[in-house]
Amino acid sequence: MARVAFTGNLKRHVDCPVAQAAGATVEAVLENVFAANPRLRSYVVDDQGRVRKHVNLYVNDKRAALRDAVGADDEIFVFQALSGG
Amino acid sequence: MGKRILVATRKGFFDVRRGRGGWRIARTAFLGDILSQAMYDRRDGTLYVAQSLGHFGVKLQRSNDGGRTWAEIAAPAFPKTAKKHGPSVDYLFSLETGGADEPGVLWCGTVSGGLFRSADRGDSWALNTGLWNVPARKEWNGGGFNVDKPGIDTILVDPRDSKRIVVGISTGGVWQTADGGKSWRNSSRGLYAEYMPPAKREDPNAQDVHRIARCAAAPDVLWLQHHNGVFRSTDGGETWAEVTTIKPAKFGFAVAAHPTDPATAWFVPGVKDECRIPVGGKLVVARTRDAARSFKLLTKGLPQRHAYDLVLRHGLDVNASGTVLAMGSSTGHLWVSESGGDDWTLVGANLPPIASVRFA
Repeated sequence: MARVAFTGNLKRHVDCPVAQAAGATVEAVLENVFAANPRLRSYVVDDQGRVRKHVNLYVNDKRAALRDAVGADDEIFVFQALSGG
Repeated sequence: MGKRILVATRKGFFDVRRGRGGWRIARTAFLGDILSQAMYDRRDGTLYVAQSLGHFGVKLQRSNDGGRTWAEIAAPAFPKTAKKHGPSVDYLFSLETGGADEPGVLWCGTVSGGLFRSADRGDSWALNTGLWNVPARKEWNGGGFNVDKPGIDTILVDPRDSKRIVVGISTGGVWQTADGGKSWRNSSRGLYAEYMPPAKREDPNAQDVHRIARCAAAPDVLWLQHHNGVFRSTDGGETWAEVTTIKPAKFGFAVAAHPTDPATAWFVPGVKDECRIPVGGKLVVARTRDAARSFKLLTKGLPQRHAYDLVLRHGLDVNASGTVLAMGSSTGHLWVSESGGDDWTLVGANLPPIASVRFA
């Protein structure tokens, strides 16, 4: 199962401890995380299920997209882009 | 009434109360978060705050205990579509309660142009497909906010009949329903758009409606601050007549209508669309008490030198008696007048940019 960690800035708004979830892609893993923590979904993806414009995903040390493959030993990071003032 | 103001700002919520010593900030919440609306539902005492978090999307918060504690509830969201570029809610632009006879009903206007309704105090929301599916929506345009998508900035439920609703769209004109939102029609006759080519000047869907306010006791009287002028309707928003007496300029965002006197309204003019600052650096409120035959400029207590405050669409409100006004600016100033605008008191000088003020 992949490990999923979230930016500390998100923890200010919604409970999102480090999660372990199964799935062959980033999207599948996140869907399993959302199934266990439904409030989290709208913070990470928009109404159509797209990653929010100012949210960045990484698999280990590489920027990732929802469709990217993940292995059981991989770590997914849900971070935020730097923007605003 | 008129002793509590809910202030939504770019960096938090401020609960402002009138005590014996004057107005003060009694409580804060959501500090650091981008808020667009704060609302009191006088039917059941609930408070609502709309967040538009820069990174994490739009959210709604509800308080059942007067603002002591808050809980996140559902936020308006578009149904999933098969299209690659399906819509998503970018900003919660307007938030209103339904009529007195429909407890729990809420309406929310968004940037993206979707109108949403909740029948259960915000526990769930549904897109109003009647308005979303009008063919003319394709002609609506950006400019409603700082994204290039149309925004519903005004929702007015008729106090005589909750199924009759007027909405204002920036840009998309004035739209009305008489059947609770099943069917809609544009009612922008009399409005004109100087920013369009001559042939499109009176196009009803090109009208940039910044804000509409209604006289509660005479609901057929509506006041409208348009991108390039001020208009008034005396027939429930069917037709609009330009108010040419407005001064010192006809550009602005906010308008407040007196709740019982259909001849009285307040505006906060700015120079013009490409120069959105007070004329001459003097912040003024323009008030008419004679149905727009004349305006008086109210300046007492407002900065008259080097003032660059802009009062946005939801930055001006009047209480239920028509005597107390609240005004919040993009520069983070909050003023209150307890004399119908004759004089103003500065309540906060260092607040974040203010999106919305509303009496509770």
